[in-house]
Amino acid sequence: MASMDDMPKSMSKSVTLKTGTANLGDSHIEHKAISRAIWRPRPKRRWLAGRIFFLLTLLSTLIGLISLIFLLESILGQGWDRVSWEFVSSFPSRIASRAGIKAALVGSLYLTGLVALIAIPLGVGAAVYLEEFAADTRLRRMIDVNIANLAGVPSIVYGMLGLMVFVRICAFGHSLLAGACTMSLLILPVIIVTAREALKTVPMGVRLAALGLGATRWQAVRAHVLPTAMPGILTGVILSLSRAVGETAPLLMIGALSYMAFVPESPMDDFTVLPIQIFNWSARPQDEFRVAAAAGIIVLLGVLLTVNACAIFARMRFQRKMQW
Amino acid sequence: MKKLLFACALFCILITLGIVLVLLSEAVLFFEEVPLLDFITGTIWAPMFEPKSFGVLPLVCGTFLITCGAAIIGLPSGLGVGLFLNDFAPNWLRSIIKPVLEILAGIPTVVYGYFALTVVTPLLQRMSPSVEVFNAASAAMVVGVMVLPMVASLCDDAIRAVPRSIKEAGYALGATKCEVALQVTVPSALSGIVASFILAISRAFGETMAVTLAAGSTPKLTLNPFESVQTLTAYIAQVSTGDTPQGSLEYKSIFAVGMLLLVVTLFFNMLAYYLVKRFRTVTE
Repeated sequence: MASMDDMPKSMSKSVTLKTGTANLGDSHIEHKAISRAIWRPRPKRRWLAGRIFFLLTLLSTLIGLISLIFLLESILGQGWDRVSWEFVSSFPSRIASRAGIKAALVGSLYLTGLVALIAIPLGVGAAVYLEEFAADTRLRRMIDVNIANLAGVPSIVYGMLGLMVFVRICAFGHSLLAGACTMSLLILPVIIVTAREALKTVPMGVRLAALGLGATRWQAVRAHVLPTAMPGILTGVILSLSRAVGETAPLLMIGALSYMAFVPESPMDDFTVLPIQIFNWSARPQDEFRVAAAAGIIVLLGVLLTVNACAIFARMRFQRKMQW
Repeated sequence: MKKLLFACALFCILITLGIVLVLLSEAVLFFEEVPLLDFITGTIWAPMFEPKSFGVLPLVCGTFLITCGAAIIGLPSGLGVGLFLNDFAPNWLRSIIKPVLEILAGIPTVVYGYFALTVVTPLLQRMSPSVEVFNAASAAMVVGVMVLPMVASLCDDAIRAVPRSIKEAGYALGATKCEVALQVTVPSALSGIVASFILAISRAFGETMAVTLAAGSTPKLTLNPFESVQTLTAYIAQVSTGDTPQGSLEYKSIFAVGMLLLVVTLFFNMLAYYLVKRFRTVTE
């Protein structure tokens, strides 16, 4: 245990207890204050304060738990009956009872695949450079601050960037490719941050041992550091991909369709995704469409849960393999 | 190989530059037609009607209303969860609460919007019939729940980083759990906690889908949370889903609004970044 002297100044300053203090001064007034604290400990009141504090923190925890249960319960209640193979395998329709999510589901999967192809190499590459190669220069610090900022930029702003750069300047149109590029930019900072965290956990000894045996820096990274960090990187990548699956606003900006009667076949085709379809149905006043939206949400949450379960499974497999 | 990886890292700076350039280039065109001062101080936002008016204050007001509401709900309860996890929850409970928070954090925002529109709003309407179908209160509530897991996990990290020794010192002096938490732990972890608050506010500020679905699209200068309002992000979403011709004043206006959005969130994020850095150097 660290002694009081080890503590930084700013911290020990804040350690003043109103009930009894260790700093026994000589002055009369201070002494009086201390004796008051010692002789009137007010145990009942302090016990009560402790109880109230406990209840408040418990209450705030319950807010989170209850909202999750309430949210899932109401969505399942509204949409569960509507989920069927027919719902998954038919195209959207003007008639609510016949509307399905085939185009949206295929579009979502297609988009996620493309995003993975674009964002993973870029993100992991950047993380490897920043953790393994970059010297602590001004440029690197600039990139650090920059990534922290990018992670906080509202998603709709990425949509505007995508609209101008990919839809207009690169002339991809409102295509899957434009959507995938925009989404990749959005999740890039998240991938970089999580991949860097994973690389940080690799013990220094792994690198030193490889270098000591005559490996080049890149060889050490490729053959030893990356495989060791793989479970962490993989989890981060999958979690950020699941963010891309659920994100709506940027795709709304670049003009993903809300009505699609065909399945996209090439990256240059028009597309729609599940969240956009859900958004479109929820925004309509008719109850039938709201029910369809709830059913769509169930499918979306199902996909997300499966993806996350895959992440956990993959991490476990990797960890078993890595035991040496 | 190293150069290739370096290019990847440099790409991030390129994204930032791209965002700033895109927004600036269109916003400049907008401000050629609408003076900056009118934009910032105007109180009427009517881009669709004649005479057109581009005073951004109603949008800012709507955003402010929802961000404040979300902060009132999300911040204290997030901190509460952080304290509960550290001071009271036994390990088995912790291992339940943490995944629940992760699930909450992973739910797409459009789902929260649907929830606000079809569940929260009818509930509010049952309590008071004067609540409109689209209202700021329901949006603020779900955004509050949306930021809660983020605040909770960041606060949890900050509180866990407080050295055990100074907590023990507090207990040794006879302080109760509550006193140690409020007078020792929270002050020591303050910069991390404040940073989590700022990040949450910035997130609520830039939130789009839930707000578009639940709060409506009536730009209004009001502080009544039960009326329909429009936020900055909801306006951008509205214009982009409508068929606005490229190059029209309306089209350019979304870039001016986006610029405002970016500047505010950037300010919040920088603040949080430096606070977190400070908190790291204090605790390590």
